Amino acid sequence: MGSLIIKSLVKEFDNTKALDQLTLEIHDGEMVGIIGKSGAGKSTLLRLINRLIEPTSGSIQYNEIDVSNLKGKKLKNWRSKCAMIFQQFNLIDRLDVLTNVLSGTLGNSFNILKLLKIYSKNEKIDALRHLHNLDLSDKALQRVETLSGGQQQRVAIARAMMQKPKILLADEPISSLDPKNSKVVMDDIRKINKEEGIMAICNLHSLEIAKEYCERIIGLSEGKIVFDGNPSELTKELSEQLYDLENE
Amino acid sequence: MSNSLLENHSIMYAQQMKSRRLWNFSIIIIFIAAFFISSSVINFDLEKIISGIPRLGDYVLRILPNLDSTLLFENSKTEGSLSYWYFNIKKYLLLLYETFNMAVLSTAMGFVFAFILSFLSAKNITPNIFSYYLVKRFLEFLRGVPEIIFAILFVWALGVGPLAGIIAITFHTTGALGKLFSEVHENTDLNACEAIKSNGGNWLSEMRYGIIPKVLPNIISYALLRFEINIRASTVIGFVGAGGIGQELYLVINFNYYEEVSAIILLIILTVITIDIVSGSIRKKVIGEIND
Repeated sequence: MGSLIIKSLVKEFDNTKALDQLTLEIHDGEMVGIIGKSGAGKSTLLRLINRLIEPTSGSIQYNEIDVSNLKGKKLKNWRSKCAMIFQQFNLIDRLDVLTNVLSGTLGNSFNILKLLKIYSKNEKIDALRHLHNLDLSDKALQRVETLSGGQQQRVAIARAMMQKPKILLADEPISSLDPKNSKVVMDDIRKINKEEGIMAICNLHSLEIAKEYCERIIGLSEGKIVFDGNPSELTKELSEQLYDLENE
Repeated sequence: MSNSLLENHSIMYAQQMKSRRLWNFSIIIIFIAAFFISSSVINFDLEKIISGIPRLGDYVLRILPNLDSTLLFENSKTEGSLSYWYFNIKKYLLLLYETFNMAVLSTAMGFVFAFILSFLSAKNITPNIFSYYLVKRFLEFLRGVPEIIFAILFVWALGVGPLAGIIAITFHTTGALGKLFSEVHENTDLNACEAIKSNGGNWLSEMRYGIIPKVLPNIISYALLRFEINIRASTVIGFVGAGGIGQELYLVINFNYYEEVSAIILLIILTVITIDIVSGSIRKKVIGEIND
């Protein structure tokens, strides 16, 4: 069993500390919900883990990999191992669903033909299989922009699965979805976590959803961990403190 | 309480409007002053213009063909017929074809160069800031020098003929389209790019999947607009010996072959109108694509 170990991680933006001496350990197979107000550093944390942004100081390790010092090809390999999904789905609107899903392979097996949208047969079968698992195989050739928000987020999940990830980072995956679609998307993330044993870290706005889906909740406030434990341990005062401005 | 708040707001609003009006008024004053200063600098002389107008009409009258309505469709040996006016039509069409090809070639080549360079000169996606400044300055240079100057330079270096014109227009097109394309890139949201980056994709993949699908309709539309401009440019550029119908036009103007001047100008106008209409409708279709 591997684990993601974060030690005294600091991220500063123009002298304001987004993350302040964060220390954290998450094990393979866990499903963790990160909660907190906007600006608490949730998104920053996920971006640091994926290395979309550089830490100011501190370290991130996964098994033997020193994530915070990766460069070049090794960095790209790491990014492909920890797949990300986004609040705005971040799909390529004007391309079809299948190509969007196939673009998940650009990190772990790039070749020049892929710039002409030519992918191998096996990759296409893989992509269709992931779409099928998410009940989207009939949409494969439709343009992404013709799908509903919930469907688009599931296309993003299929794309993430093409990366054969060890970690799934979900940055507010359901914030722009209605309750019904939110449930479908969260169910899919849970299914991936349970069936494939992939570590899932979700930034969530809604405490209810976090309690329902995650066996471990981490509360962030002003870049610091103020809670880390089972949802049942989260007291009413603490959850109010975590959300006092949002009233959710 | 709420009444005084309302009053406060209306006072603030009135003050804001007042300062805005003052601002607008001073801009108009500055504009008018600038107009008079610059017209005195360039010796703008209304009388001169008015006295020149008849001479303008003179020239137009002189280049008009002598057409006789009864002889209109006679052969090219008969004075007053259309084919007498256009006795040189074969040569014109050939030269017009040459001009058209100059525009096509230089637009195509300029498009390719501009497209490649635009990714380096867009601030939000450039792989490094050094190439950003370098390419941006280079494009400014290409854009800043008028086609006609490039044409004179290349006619001198490569001799009279369309090649000089093609290179000249390609240079200018690269500069002009490169700027427009990189601005299109800069206005594109980077959502999809971020996703490609987060899955380990390299810079080329980010551009291919994150940027190109989004910007393509705009870019094609700009390229077609540039093609329309280049048709006119490749005509004018012929005046300095860079090939095409422009070179012939310059010749007949200098030799005072009046009727031929009007024949060629009419042909050019018809060509430009046709191409504007066709490319305009293609552009509309391409832009419409963005909205579906």
